Amino acid sequence: MRISGRGTVALAVAAVMFGGACGGTPETPATSEFSVALTEPDHLTPGNTSSSYSQTVIDALFDMPVYIDAQGKPQMRAAASVTSTDQKVWTIKIKPGRKFGNGEPVTAQSFADSWNAAAYGPNGWTNNYYFGNIEGYDALNPEEGEPATDTMSGLKVLDPETLEVTLTGPFSQFPVTLAWMAFAPMPKAAFKDLKAYDQAPIGNGPFVLDGAWQHNRQIKIKKSPTYTGERQARSDGVLFKIYASRDTAYTDLRADRVDLLQTIPPASAPEAKRLLGDRFLATPGGTMDYLGFPLFDKRFASADLRRAFSMAIDRKAITDAVFNGAFQPMSSLLAPLVPGYRADACGEACVYDPAKAKQLFDQAGGFSGTLNLYFSNADPSYEQWMTAVANQLKQNLGIQDIAFKKLPAADYLPTLRAHKQDGPYRNNWVMDYPSPQDYLEYMWGAGNRMGWENKEFDDLIKKANSAASFDESIPIYQQAEDVALTEMPMMPLWNWQDQIGYSTRLGDVQITPYGANLDKITVKRQ
Amino acid sequence: MRYAAHRLAQAVPVFFATTFVIYAMVFVLPGDPILALAGDKPVPDQVLDVMRERYHLNDPLLVQYGRYMLGLLHGDLGETFTGQPVSELLQDRWGVTAQLAATAWIFELAVGIALGVVAGLRRGGVADTAVLAGTTFVIAAPVFVVGYTAQIVFGLNLGLFPTAGTDEGWPGSYLLPGMVLGSFGLAYVARLTRTALVENLRSDYVRTATAKGMRRRRVVGVHALRNSLIPVVTFLGVDFGNLMAGAVVTEGIFNLPGIGQQVFQSIQLQEGPVVVGVTTVLVMIFIAANLAVDLLYGLLDPRIRRARA
Repeated sequence: MRISGRGTVALAVAAVMFGGACGGTPETPATSEFSVALTEPDHLTPGNTSSSYSQTVIDALFDMPVYIDAQGKPQMRAAASVTSTDQKVWTIKIKPGRKFGNGEPVTAQSFADSWNAAAYGPNGWTNNYYFGNIEGYDALNPEEGEPATDTMSGLKVLDPETLEVTLTGPFSQFPVTLAWMAFAPMPKAAFKDLKAYDQAPIGNGPFVLDGAWQHNRQIKIKKSPTYTGERQARSDGVLFKIYASRDTAYTDLRADRVDLLQTIPPASAPEAKRLLGDRFLATPGGTMDYLGFPLFDKRFASADLRRAFSMAIDRKAITDAVFNGAFQPMSSLLAPLVPGYRADACGEACVYDPAKAKQLFDQAGGFSGTLNLYFSNADPSYEQWMTAVANQLKQNLGIQDIAFKKLPAADYLPTLRAHKQDGPYRNNWVMDYPSPQDYLEYMWGAGNRMGWENKEFDDLIKKANSAASFDESIPIYQQAEDVALTEMPMMPLWNWQDQIGYSTRLGDVQITPYGANLDKITVKRQ
Repeated sequence: MRYAAHRLAQAVPVFFATTFVIYAMVFVLPGDPILALAGDKPVPDQVLDVMRERYHLNDPLLVQYGRYMLGLLHGDLGETFTGQPVSELLQDRWGVTAQLAATAWIFELAVGIALGVVAGLRRGGVADTAVLAGTTFVIAAPVFVVGYTAQIVFGLNLGLFPTAGTDEGWPGSYLLPGMVLGSFGLAYVARLTRTALVENLRSDYVRTATAKGMRRRRVVGVHALRNSLIPVVTFLGVDFGNLMAGAVVTEGIFNLPGIGQQVFQSIQLQEGPVVVGVTTVLVMIFIAANLAVDLLYGLLDPRIRRARA
């Protein structure tokens, strides 16, 4: 094996900094490695996964063009700059001299190859959708038959350090979207065997894979010998221990068998706070729960009725009872960490007021027939909070005939997609990137689950997307949010909180909702 | 010998029937596994079509089953939705479940029979009452209660066992989950042994043996216990298969990446090939276990052996 000069220096520095750390057997982690609890990822190819578990690993293995800082603002990472004069044609300058874990240089072509692969229909990759606004996407995803080409015409490699991206229309949020893992680069080596690459991804980030991915057991990564970027790892490596249950992972954290857990179950939050002290972190995340209405069922056609439902639900009582106060009641369609968030965007319609709710409900003509409430069986907490919702609707609006439609997860999403739900349903959203567009357009835009159509909203989104800058787009998105809140085809419920705990061995844990920053974590010598 | 061959031949139709029934059951589950994979994220129809095509989900049941069986003949068990070959997955996971089931089985066999004998010999005594009360509790308590309690008390608070995972290998990592998994069967074994022993101790041949002046140890150990073990052996044989299949909850609590965990996940994802693959192997284990039990009967009870011949 050949190690580049710079890599040798990095290794030597690492060896001095963490003296005696090398040479540990795989069973006993060396002193400057730490372990992180993880759920088994579905894939590790950046374009083919949207799960948060995969993201934790991919964020350590790859540098995306852009990253989101703790304040929610986009900053350059693998890219030196992302610029446009018309928000439609974007020029991405790549930082020179960067290398993949296998020594291959990172060029504009590495990004173009990766994005083309994700957008290529026959690959069937999860993140295909996120490339839909790049020119030439349609040619890779024809209605019928095989595509004639496998590259998007909107991606042009001008030179090894410059990538020009032409979008189908102006889109002011484009730089923010580049922080999403789908936009990571891939080396040439990946395309020899994409299936093998999915098992052993090679990235341009501060860590590289250390040994094979042992499914359902562990994934090991170590400090990359070829990495020269800003995120030099401050530990020798990370062992991802895979857990099937969050509760077991939490028990292992308490038993000091795993160093970092990012998903402490809400039920255990008070105990974790007591046991871990300042090693317990709770931060509002980007994940939201909503209750959607099927507007194609004419019983839900009145906006007043929908607002009455919203005012009849005591969000605070539910978050306290079901989530131990760990989740935050919401009066906005956006999560608090999204730029443009207004704490009270919803106003009166999201304030618990049973008397007013009942009055509004009666004015709107009330409700007839059985009220079916839809949710999936993926987690027992869904039924708990739906039961609370049902009781409040019964008590405050006098709807007596309420039934639960608890569907298997594999049946739930197809039901919503096909508009077969005939009652309010649980809707969840995990943020991809911190932009109002990521919430508003994907959930309220064309083809939404509610069957809601509103030209004013659509026009405002279009206008905001083509605003001259990110900052100028924000007030326009807020206007769109106002429309969606007044019409209330779907009401906000609460915002999830990320609950993180770590062991006494770790220092400098700087997890933000946008990234785990595993490279920054240091391991204390014991 | 001919008996064994006969039983093996019976296994063939059982094998085809079970695989087909399981395949059909997964097939008729409502919903769309491919769309569910994407969760709440938007997916273009194009991508859905590609994936459905890749896993032949658009074909009718018989075509899908036929394709699966054809693959099976070539040693191809299909692959999971994440692209991992099922055969590889079974290899990875099988060892974990086998070690867990074996630990549980040895535990319930050794401790269960010992408790049963103690209780049976001192019928109505303190030991008997304690065994009865203890086993009633174990049978009544759901396995996840026993599991989490054992994990917190013996793993976390007392630190006697690792809390979860397979890092310590066998037996270290498997002792606590093995005992939890085996506790239910243990209760049955203890009670079966006790009841059968109590009954046999009152029977004529035991009285005769005692009257001949045989020592009590021999009367109990050879005459009474050997006959008492017939129902116990039946139970233990069938239970070995149960332990293999029933490890879902235990494997979840103790984070053991075994077959039980896999079946549970795969049913949720509607991954037909995985569910059928695992079930097929389980069916074969059940058949083998039952065969072993039948052959053991003969060793324990000469009357059964002669009746067959």
